[in-house]
Amino acid sequence: MATTENRLHDALVKHEAVLLKDWIASQAKASGRPMTAAEGQQLEARCSGFLELLRQATREGGDDIMKPEWSAARDFLTQLSAARARAGSTPVETAMFIFSLKEPLFNLMRNESGAQPLAEDTWKATQLIDRLGLFTAEAFQKTREEVIGRQQQELLELSTPVVRLWENVLALPLIGTLDSARTQVVMQNLLEAIVQTRSDIAVIDITGVPTVDTLVAQHLLKTVAAARLMGADCIISGIRPQIAQTIIHLGVNLEDVTTKATLADAFAVALKRTGYAVVRVKNDSGSMS
Amino acid sequence: MERIPILKMGDFLLVTIQVDMHDRLALALQDDLTEQIVKWRAHGVLIDISALEMVDSFIGRMLSNIANMARLLDAQTVVVGMQPSVAITLVELGLPMKGIRTALDVEKGMRTLRSYIEANGDGQGGDGNPEI
Repeated sequence: MATTENRLHDALVKHEAVLLKDWIASQAKASGRPMTAAEGQQLEARCSGFLELLRQATREGGDDIMKPEWSAARDFLTQLSAARARAGSTPVETAMFIFSLKEPLFNLMRNESGAQPLAEDTWKATQLIDRLGLFTAEAFQKTREEVIGRQQQELLELSTPVVRLWENVLALPLIGTLDSARTQVVMQNLLEAIVQTRSDIAVIDITGVPTVDTLVAQHLLKTVAAARLMGADCIISGIRPQIAQTIIHLGVNLEDVTTKATLADAFAVALKRTGYAVVRVKNDSGSMS
Repeated sequence: MERIPILKMGDFLLVTIQVDMHDRLALALQDDLTEQIVKWRAHGVLIDISALEMVDSFIGRMLSNIANMARLLDAQTVVVGMQPSVAITLVELGLPMKGIRTALDVEKGMRTLRSYIEANGDGQGGDGNPEI
Protein backbone atom coordinates (compact mmCIF):
# COMPACT_ATOMS: atom_id res chain seq x y z
CA MET A 1 0.00 0.00 0.00
CA ALA A 2 1.35 3.40 -0.99
CA THR A 3 1.77 5.86 1.86
CA THR A 4 0.60 9.42 1.66
CA GLU A 5 4.06 10.76 0.98
CA ASN A 6 4.62 8.35 -1.78
CA ARG A 7 1.29 9.19 -3.36
CA LEU A 8 2.33 12.84 -3.24
CA HIS A 9 5.67 11.91 -4.73
CA ASP A 10 4.01 9.82 -7.45
CA ALA A 11 1.69 12.65 -8.31
CA LEU A 12 4.63 15.02 -8.54
CA VAL A 13 6.48 12.70 -10.88
CA LYS A 14 3.51 11.85 -13.04
CA HIS A 15 2.05 15.30 -13.57
CA GLU A 16 5.09 17.51 -13.40
CA ALA A 17 4.40 19.45 -16.60
CA VAL A 18 0.77 20.19 -15.72
CA LEU A 19 1.66 21.13 -12.18
CA LEU A 20 4.40 23.47 -13.35
CA LYS A 21 2.10 25.20 -15.82
CA ASP A 22 -0.72 25.61 -13.30
CA TRP A 23 1.65 26.77 -10.59
CA ILE A 24 3.15 29.49 -12.78
CA ALA A 25 -0.34 30.56 -13.83
CA SER A 26 -1.48 30.72 -10.24
CA GLN A 27 1.55 32.83 -9.27
CA ALA A 28 0.97 35.17 -12.18
CA LYS A 29 -2.61 35.58 -10.98
CA ALA A 30 -1.48 36.20 -7.39
CA SER A 31 1.01 38.89 -8.38
CA GLY A 32 -1.86 40.86 -9.93
CA ARG A 33 0.18 42.47 -12.70
CA PRO A 34 1.41 41.31 -16.08
CA MET A 35 4.90 39.85 -16.10
CA THR A 36 7.63 40.70 -18.57
CA ALA A 37 9.12 37.92 -20.66
CA ALA A 38 12.33 37.94 -18.64
CA GLU A 39 10.42 37.71 -15.37
CA GLY A 40 8.34 34.87 -16.74
CA GLN A 41 11.40 32.94 -17.78
CA GLN A 42 13.06 33.48 -14.42
CA LEU A 43 9.92 32.37 -12.62
CA GLU A 44 9.65 29.26 -14.74
CA ALA A 45 13.26 28.35 -14.08
CA ARG A 46 12.74 28.80 -10.34
CA CYS A 47 9.50 26.83 -10.25
CA SER A 48 10.81 23.90 -12.21
CA GLY A 49 13.98 23.94 -10.15
CA PHE A 50 12.00 23.80 -6.94
CA LEU A 51 9.63 21.10 -8.19
CA GLU A 52 12.65 19.01 -9.03
CA LEU A 53 14.04 19.42 -5.53
CA LEU A 54 10.60 18.80 -4.01
CA ARG A 55 10.33 15.58 -5.94
CA GLN A 56 13.68 14.36 -4.67
CA ALA A 57 12.89 15.39 -1.12
CA THR A 58 9.47 13.72 -0.99
CA ARG A 59 10.93 10.52 -2.38
CA GLU A 60 13.33 10.03 0.51
CA GLY A 61 12.67 12.56 3.21
CA GLY A 62 9.00 12.09 4.06
CA ASP A 63 7.20 15.21 5.24
CA ASP A 64 9.63 16.44 7.90
CA ILE A 65 11.32 19.35 6.18
CA MET A 66 14.07 19.54 8.80
CA LYS A 67 15.46 16.17 7.69
CA PRO A 68 18.78 16.15 5.81
CA GLU A 69 17.06 14.94 2.64
CA TRP A 70 15.30 18.28 2.50
CA SER A 71 18.47 20.34 2.81
CA ALA A 72 18.71 21.07 -0.92
CA ALA A 73 15.11 22.29 -1.02
CA ARG A 74 15.69 24.36 2.13
CA ASP A 75 18.81 25.96 0.67
CA PHE A 76 16.90 26.79 -2.47
CA LEU A 77 14.16 28.51 -0.49
CA THR A 78 16.66 30.35 1.69
CA GLN A 79 18.45 31.71 -1.36
CA LEU A 80 15.20 32.64 -3.03
CA SER A 81 13.93 34.47 0.05
CA ALA A 82 17.25 36.24 0.50
CA ALA A 83 17.26 37.38 -3.11
CA ARG A 84 13.70 38.64 -2.86
CA ALA A 85 14.32 40.37 0.47
CA ARG A 86 17.27 42.23 -1.03
CA ALA A 87 15.29 43.10 -4.15
CA GLY A 88 12.67 44.69 -1.92
CA SER A 89 9.79 42.23 -2.32
CA THR A 90 7.15 42.15 0.40
CA PRO A 91 6.95 39.14 2.72
CA VAL A 92 3.56 38.25 1.21
CA GLU A 93 4.97 38.10 -2.30
CA THR A 94 7.79 35.91 -1.12
CA ALA A 95 5.60 33.50 0.82
CA MET A 96 3.18 33.37 -2.12
CA PHE A 97 5.82 31.52 -4.07
CA ILE A 98 5.10 28.46 -1.94
CA PHE A 99 1.45 29.00 -1.05
CA SER A 100 0.42 29.37 -4.68
CA LEU A 101 1.48 25.77 -5.17
CA LYS A 102 -1.48 24.63 -3.07
CA GLU A 103 -4.22 25.20 -5.61
CA PRO A 104 -2.69 23.31 -8.55
CA LEU A 105 -1.50 20.53 -6.27
CA PHE A 106 -4.90 20.01 -4.68
CA ASN A 107 -6.62 20.07 -8.07
CA LEU A 108 -4.24 17.44 -9.22
CA MET A 109 -4.83 15.25 -6.21
CA ARG A 110 -8.59 15.59 -6.54
CA ASN A 111 -8.41 14.27 -10.07
CA GLU A 112 -5.95 11.59 -9.12
CA SER A 113 -7.28 9.85 -6.03
CA GLY A 114 -10.60 8.55 -4.80
CA ALA A 115 -12.73 10.16 -2.11
CA GLN A 116 -11.33 8.25 0.87
CA PRO A 117 -7.61 9.04 0.68
CA LEU A 118 -8.31 12.55 -0.58
CA ALA A 119 -8.98 14.13 2.82
CA GLU A 120 -5.91 12.53 4.32
CA ASP A 121 -3.69 13.44 1.38
CA THR A 122 -4.91 17.01 1.32
CA TRP A 123 -4.22 17.38 5.00
CA LYS A 124 -0.69 16.01 4.64
CA ALA A 125 0.03 18.14 1.60
CA THR A 126 -1.33 21.29 3.16
CA GLN A 127 0.78 20.73 6.27
CA LEU A 128 3.85 20.25 4.14
CA ILE A 129 3.23 23.35 2.08
CA ASP A 130 2.45 25.45 5.13
CA ARG A 131 5.70 24.38 6.70
CA LEU A 132 7.60 25.24 3.54
CA GLY A 133 5.82 28.59 3.40
CA LEU A 134 6.69 29.40 7.00
CA PHE A 135 10.26 28.41 6.33
CA THR A 136 10.34 30.83 3.41
CA ALA A 137 8.93 33.62 5.54
CA GLU A 138 11.50 32.94 8.21
CA ALA A 139 14.37 32.99 5.74
CA PHE A 140 13.01 36.23 4.31
CA GLN A 141 12.86 37.78 7.75
CA LYS A 142 16.39 36.68 8.56
CA THR A 143 17.78 38.35 5.46
CA ARG A 144 15.88 41.52 6.27
CA GLU A 145 17.32 41.51 9.77
CA GLU A 146 20.80 41.08 8.39
CA VAL A 147 20.26 44.10 6.18
CA ILE A 148 19.02 46.12 9.15
CA GLY A 149 21.95 44.99 11.27
CA ARG A 150 24.43 46.01 8.60
CA GLN A 151 22.78 49.40 8.26
CA GLN A 152 22.94 49.92 12.01
CA GLN A 153 26.64 49.14 11.93
CA GLU A 154 27.18 51.59 9.10
CA LEU A 155 25.21 54.21 10.97
CA LEU A 156 27.38 53.68 14.02
CA GLU A 157 30.52 54.22 12.02
CA LEU A 158 29.14 57.16 10.12
CA SER A 159 27.80 59.00 13.09
CA THR A 160 30.88 59.36 15.25
CA PRO A 161 33.48 61.48 13.51
CA VAL A 162 36.20 63.04 15.62
CA VAL A 163 37.29 66.36 14.13
CA ARG A 164 40.51 68.20 14.81
CA LEU A 165 39.55 71.82 15.43
CA TRP A 166 42.93 73.23 16.25
CA GLU A 167 46.31 72.16 17.46
CA ASN A 168 45.55 69.97 20.50
CA VAL A 169 41.83 70.65 20.32
CA LEU A 170 39.38 67.96 19.19
CA ALA A 171 35.68 68.23 18.51
CA LEU A 172 33.13 65.44 18.59
CA PRO A 173 29.82 66.50 17.06
CA LEU A 174 27.18 64.05 18.23
CA ILE A 175 24.10 63.59 16.09
CA GLY A 176 21.13 61.40 16.93
CA THR A 177 20.08 59.52 20.02
CA LEU A 178 22.81 58.11 22.20
CA ASP A 179 22.40 54.54 23.39
CA SER A 180 24.88 52.32 25.17
CA ALA A 181 26.30 50.73 22.02
CA ARG A 182 26.82 54.07 20.31
CA THR A 183 28.31 55.68 23.37
CA GLN A 184 30.81 52.85 23.58
CA VAL A 185 31.93 53.55 20.00
CA VAL A 186 31.95 57.30 20.58
CA MET A 187 34.00 56.91 23.73
CA GLN A 188 36.53 54.64 22.10
CA ASN A 189 36.89 56.83 19.01
CA LEU A 190 37.36 59.94 21.09
CA LEU A 191 39.91 58.39 23.45
CA GLU A 192 41.89 56.91 20.59
CA ALA A 193 41.88 60.24 18.77
CA ILE A 194 43.09 61.94 21.94
CA VAL A 195 46.05 59.56 22.10
CA GLN A 196 46.83 59.92 18.40
CA THR A 197 46.67 63.70 18.21
CA ARG A 198 47.94 64.36 21.76
CA SER A 199 45.06 66.72 22.32
CA ASP A 200 44.56 68.41 25.67
CA ILE A 201 40.99 69.47 25.07
CA ALA A 202 38.02 67.72 23.53
CA VAL A 203 34.76 69.50 22.80
CA ILE A 204 31.70 67.25 22.82
CA ASP A 205 28.96 69.02 20.91
CA ILE A 206 25.45 67.73 21.59
CA THR A 207 23.53 70.14 19.35
CA GLY A 208 22.32 67.18 17.28
CA VAL A 209 21.20 65.05 20.20
CA PRO A 210 17.40 65.32 20.30
CA THR A 211 16.82 64.23 23.89
CA VAL A 212 18.96 63.83 26.96
CA ASP A 213 17.77 61.41 29.60
CA THR A 214 19.60 60.17 32.67
CA LEU A 215 21.19 57.36 30.68
CA VAL A 216 22.59 59.69 28.02
CA ALA A 217 23.85 62.06 30.70
CA GLN A 218 25.47 59.12 32.46
CA HIS A 219 27.20 58.12 29.24
CA LEU A 220 28.44 61.66 28.69
CA LEU A 221 29.82 61.84 32.20
CA LYS A 222 31.60 58.53 31.74
CA THR A 223 33.21 59.75 28.53
CA VAL A 224 34.34 62.93 30.25
CA ALA A 225 35.72 60.96 33.20
CA ALA A 226 37.63 58.57 30.94
CA ALA A 227 39.15 61.45 28.96
CA ARG A 228 40.13 63.15 32.18
CA LEU A 229 41.90 60.00 33.36
CA MET A 230 43.99 60.10 30.21
CA GLY A 231 44.90 63.71 30.83
CA ALA A 232 42.52 65.55 28.51
CA ASP A 233 39.80 67.99 29.47
CA CYS A 234 36.32 67.80 28.00
CA ILE A 235 33.94 70.64 27.31
CA ILE A 236 30.30 69.86 26.57
CA SER A 237 28.74 72.35 24.19
CA GLY A 238 25.56 72.82 22.21
CA ILE A 239 23.20 72.46 25.14
CA ARG A 240 19.82 73.73 24.00
CA PRO A 241 17.50 75.53 26.44
CA GLN A 242 15.12 72.57 26.71
CA ILE A 243 17.96 70.18 27.33
CA ALA A 244 19.36 72.43 30.05
CA GLN A 245 15.92 72.32 31.69
CA THR A 246 15.70 68.55 31.34
CA ILE A 247 19.15 68.00 32.82
CA ILE A 248 18.30 70.08 35.89
CA HIS A 249 14.87 68.47 36.31
CA LEU A 250 16.46 65.04 36.14
CA GLY A 251 18.89 66.08 38.85
CA VAL A 252 21.96 65.11 36.81
CA ASN A 253 25.14 66.55 38.26
CA LEU A 254 27.16 68.15 35.48
CA GLU A 255 28.91 70.53 37.86
CA ASP A 256 32.35 69.02 37.39
CA VAL A 257 32.16 69.45 33.64
CA THR A 258 32.69 72.67 31.73
CA THR A 259 29.56 73.33 29.71
CA LYS A 260 28.96 75.95 27.05
CA ALA A 261 25.88 76.90 25.10
CA THR A 262 27.50 76.89 21.67
CA LEU A 263 30.43 75.28 19.95
CA ALA A 264 31.89 78.74 19.31
CA ASP A 265 32.02 79.50 23.03
CA ALA A 266 33.61 76.13 23.74
CA PHE A 267 36.19 76.74 21.03
CA ALA A 268 37.02 80.13 22.52
CA VAL A 269 37.60 78.53 25.91
CA ALA A 270 39.70 75.80 24.35
CA LEU A 271 41.87 78.35 22.55
CA LYS A 272 42.32 80.35 25.72
CA ARG A 273 43.38 77.28 27.67
CA THR A 274 45.88 76.21 25.04
CA GLY A 275 47.28 79.74 25.00
CA TYR A 276 45.96 81.01 21.69
CA ALA A 277 43.92 84.09 20.92
CA VAL A 278 41.94 85.02 17.84
CA VAL A 279 42.79 88.55 16.67
CA ARG A 280 41.18 90.48 13.87
CA VAL A 281 43.96 91.39 11.46
CA LYS A 282 42.15 93.96 9.35
CA ASN A 283 39.57 96.33 10.72
CA ASP A 284 37.18 96.18 7.83
CA SER A 285 35.04 99.20 8.59
CA GLY A 286 33.54 99.45 5.09
CA SER A 287 31.64 96.17 5.15
CA MET A 288 29.13 97.11 7.78
CA SER A 289 27.34 100.37 8.26
CA MET B 1 61.73 39.77 44.03
CA GLU B 2 61.17 42.09 41.12
CA ARG B 3 60.58 45.74 41.80
CA ILE B 4 59.51 48.72 39.82
CA PRO B 5 62.42 51.16 39.47
CA ILE B 6 61.98 54.68 40.83
CA LEU B 7 64.15 57.32 39.14
CA LYS B 8 65.03 60.63 40.71
CA MET B 9 64.96 63.64 38.41
CA GLY B 10 65.72 66.79 40.36
CA ASP B 11 62.73 67.50 42.51
CA PHE B 12 60.65 64.76 40.96
CA LEU B 13 60.47 61.00 41.11
CA LEU B 14 59.73 59.15 37.90
CA VAL B 15 58.06 55.75 38.02
CA THR B 16 57.64 53.85 34.77
CA ILE B 17 55.49 50.77 34.96
CA GLN B 18 56.76 48.48 32.20
CA VAL B 19 55.48 45.13 33.38
CA ASP B 20 52.06 43.78 34.19
CA MET B 21 51.09 45.09 37.60
CA HIS B 22 50.23 42.35 39.98
CA ASP B 23 49.05 42.96 43.49
CA ARG B 24 52.31 42.25 45.33
CA LEU B 25 54.25 44.48 42.93
CA ALA B 26 51.79 47.29 43.56
CA LEU B 27 52.20 46.97 47.33
CA ALA B 28 55.99 46.96 46.97
CA LEU B 29 55.77 50.08 44.82
CA GLN B 30 53.71 51.77 47.48
CA ASP B 31 56.36 51.00 50.11
CA ASP B 32 59.30 52.04 47.95
CA LEU B 33 57.71 55.20 46.70
CA THR B 34 56.74 56.56 50.09
CA GLU B 35 60.25 55.83 51.36
CA GLN B 36 61.90 57.52 48.40
CA ILE B 37 59.70 60.60 48.66
CA VAL B 38 60.82 61.11 52.23
CA LYS B 39 64.43 60.24 51.44
CA TRP B 40 64.82 62.71 48.56
CA ARG B 41 62.25 65.17 49.81
CA ALA B 42 60.61 65.04 46.43
CA HIS B 43 57.80 67.42 45.56
CA GLY B 44 56.42 65.63 42.55
CA VAL B 45 55.80 62.05 41.48
CA LEU B 46 55.23 61.12 37.87
CA ILE B 47 53.79 57.66 37.22
CA ASP B 48 53.94 56.57 33.58
CA ILE B 49 51.44 53.80 32.90
CA SER B 50 51.50 53.94 29.10
CA ALA B 51 52.66 50.31 28.96
CA LEU B 52 49.86 49.14 31.24
CA GLU B 53 47.28 47.33 29.14
CA MET B 54 45.00 46.04 31.85
CA VAL B 55 43.86 47.21 35.25
CA ASP B 56 41.54 45.83 37.86
CA SER B 57 39.86 47.58 40.75
CA PHE B 58 42.75 46.75 43.08
CA ILE B 59 45.39 48.39 40.88
CA GLY B 60 43.06 51.32 40.29
CA ARG B 61 42.61 51.88 43.99
CA MET B 62 46.35 51.39 44.48
CA LEU B 63 47.17 54.25 42.11
CA SER B 64 44.66 56.41 43.88
CA ASN B 65 46.12 55.45 47.28
CA ILE B 66 49.67 56.16 46.15
CA ALA B 67 48.62 59.63 45.02
CA ASN B 68 46.92 60.33 48.32
CA MET B 69 49.91 59.08 50.33
CA ALA B 70 52.25 61.21 48.25
CA ARG B 71 50.06 64.21 48.96
CA LEU B 72 50.37 63.60 52.69
CA LEU B 73 54.13 63.67 52.21
CA ASP B 74 53.84 66.96 50.30
CA ALA B 75 54.40 65.58 46.83
CA GLN B 76 52.01 65.96 43.91
CA THR B 77 51.29 62.95 41.74
CA VAL B 78 50.63 62.98 38.01
CA VAL B 79 49.58 59.81 36.21
CA VAL B 80 50.54 59.97 32.54
CA GLY B 81 49.89 58.02 29.36
CA MET B 82 46.83 56.06 30.36
CA GLN B 83 45.55 53.86 27.52
CA PRO B 84 41.95 54.37 26.34
CA SER B 85 40.98 50.83 27.34
CA VAL B 86 42.38 51.35 30.83
CA ALA B 87 40.51 54.65 31.20
CA ILE B 88 37.25 53.04 30.10
CA THR B 89 37.77 50.15 32.52
CA LEU B 90 38.42 52.45 35.46
CA VAL B 91 35.33 54.51 34.68
CA GLU B 92 33.20 51.40 34.30
CA LEU B 93 34.53 50.11 37.59
CA GLY B 94 33.34 53.33 39.18
CA LEU B 95 36.86 54.55 40.00
CA PRO B 96 37.09 57.98 38.40
CA MET B 97 40.08 58.79 40.68
CA LYS B 98 38.97 62.27 41.58
CA GLY B 99 42.13 63.30 43.42
CA ILE B 100 44.63 62.31 40.75
CA ARG B 101 46.12 64.67 38.22
CA THR B 102 46.59 63.23 34.75
CA ALA B 103 48.49 64.12 31.59
CA LEU B 104 48.79 62.67 28.11
CA ASP B 105 52.55 62.03 28.15
CA VAL B 106 55.61 62.45 30.33
CA GLU B 107 56.48 65.82 28.83
CA LYS B 108 53.07 67.28 29.55
CA GLY B 109 53.06 65.66 32.97
CA MET B 110 56.37 67.33 33.83
CA ARG B 111 54.97 70.67 32.72
CA THR B 112 51.87 70.18 34.87
CA LEU B 113 53.93 69.30 37.92
CA ARG B 114 56.35 72.17 37.43
CA SER B 115 53.63 74.76 36.97
CA TYR B 116 51.78 73.46 40.00
CA ILE B 117 54.84 73.55 42.23
CA GLU B 118 55.81 77.00 40.98
CA ALA B 119 52.30 78.27 41.63
CA ASN B 120 52.09 76.85 45.15
CA GLY B 121 55.64 77.40 46.28
CA ASP B 122 57.67 75.12 48.50
CA GLY B 123 56.31 73.47 51.56
CA GLN B 124 52.82 74.77 51.09
CA GLY B 125 50.81 71.65 50.60
CA GLY B 126 47.42 73.20 51.18
CA ASP B 127 44.39 71.00 50.89
CA GLY B 128 45.82 69.33 47.80
CA ASN B 129 42.97 70.44 45.66
CA PRO B 130 44.26 73.36 43.63
CA GLU B 131 42.66 74.80 40.56
CA ILE B 132 44.60 74.32 37.38
